Amino acid sequence: MNLTLKIWRQKGPQEKGQMVEYKVTDISEHMSFLEMMDILNEGLVAKGEVPIAFDHDCREGICGMCSLHINGEPHGPDRGITTCQLHMRTFKDGDTIYIEPWRAKAFPVIKDLIVDRMAFERIQQAGGYISVNTSGNTQDANAIPIPKLDADLSMDAAACIGCGACVASCKNSSAMLFVSAKVSQFALLPQGKVEAADRVRNMVKQMDDEGFGNCTNTGACEVECPKGISLENIARMNREYLKASII
Amino acid sequence: MSVLSSSIARKVAMALSALFLIIFLIIHLAVNLTSLFSAEVFNEASHFMGTNPLIQFAMQPVLIFGVVFHFVMGFVLELRNKGARNVKYAKFNGAASSSWASRNMIISGAVILAFLVIHFLDFWIPEINTKYVLGDMTGMHNGEFRYFEELQHKFVPMWRVAAYVVAFVLLGMHLMHGFQSAFQSMGFNNKYSSCVKTFGKCYSIVIPLGFIIVALFHHFNH
Repeated sequence: MNLTLKIWRQKGPQEKGQMVEYKVTDISEHMSFLEMMDILNEGLVAKGEVPIAFDHDCREGICGMCSLHINGEPHGPDRGITTCQLHMRTFKDGDTIYIEPWRAKAFPVIKDLIVDRMAFERIQQAGGYISVNTSGNTQDANAIPIPKLDADLSMDAAACIGCGACVASCKNSSAMLFVSAKVSQFALLPQGKVEAADRVRNMVKQMDDEGFGNCTNTGACEVECPKGISLENIARMNREYLKASII
Repeated sequence: MSVLSSSIARKVAMALSALFLIIFLIIHLAVNLTSLFSAEVFNEASHFMGTNPLIQFAMQPVLIFGVVFHFVMGFVLELRNKGARNVKYAKFNGAASSSWASRNMIISGAVILAFLVIHFLDFWIPEINTKYVLGDMTGMHNGEFRYFEELQHKFVPMWRVAAYVVAFVLLGMHLMHGFQSAFQSMGFNNKYSSCVKTFGKCYSIVIPLGFIIVALFHHFNH
């Protein structure tokens, strides 16, 4: 298939960027979206042009590195996938595809389609962990009885790969789905409850300081999340935050 | 206002003021609906609401504070949220993942605010003027209660009825998202949430429809 691509090009963080049009031809419908990008880049290199910078790593939907806002949606029009799992059969011959970086003040563009997602790291560092003494006589986690439902919900929250699609899809650039998943995965388990109050306070404070917007419950994040993280987590984070603030 | 400096505290404050306004709408509609059946009951109810000291000097200031707070905080949050995305997308397909009503609460809210200005000029300010500036707490005019008469008189012009109907439709859209959103913001998301959502949808249709019926009824029956 032949496609017209409108891609955001930006030389560096301080440079002014713009949408640039490219044509690609003979794209197989069996290719992944990133393979199509590779072919485009090979063509650019052959012509002596600078290839388009985009994030990718595992290419099997696990690492959360690949981003790309494709035709107005994070990871493209399909549901429950990352961009590396998006295939060209989703598109039709002659289509025009818009490819943009995640847009949020807290995710500044580094180059072309690559954004700096360190804001998520800093939120994690503010409390997304449990303090365990690993002196050698650590208690076996399996010795603590945990209800199956709590373990399952915690595991569901822990499925978050921190890709940032929630922020990219949100009209407010809110990071609450990400933060709530990280808060929930610990808050649901006895090991995490010990530091639950400090964790939620510190992580929410860091989230606000990073300049993410405020959640207005549109639910776009839940729809666009490649790992199906539920809005229930945001409600849980709100409860945890209220509990931590009042008590 | 440091207590409201965090994003979640602001969400909860929006939700609490919203729930207060949601309850207020039920009371307001209940009084309005009496006008469909009995001018006398409507007059009695209006007079009671307008002269009862508890309602006038305790509930009314709280209500005004709730309304002002909800609007001011709504606009503050909208500005902050707009600022969180400094470069816009060339293509943003919001409809793929969320409803129009949920993405445009600021538009429906602004329409409701514009409506409130008209509504206050129509009813509230003349009332306050009569009661507290002129000092007439009787609610009477030429020996008759003026509430029902005034209501009918106000809904004669077509433009006002049309403006009210448009505002109520937007109010319905605002509630369609806002009702369940308020519960989510307060951390209420459990096995009862589907009931809340269904009730919220019914509420968002029934309440504005009730106000619309009252406006149309008095336009066509005066």
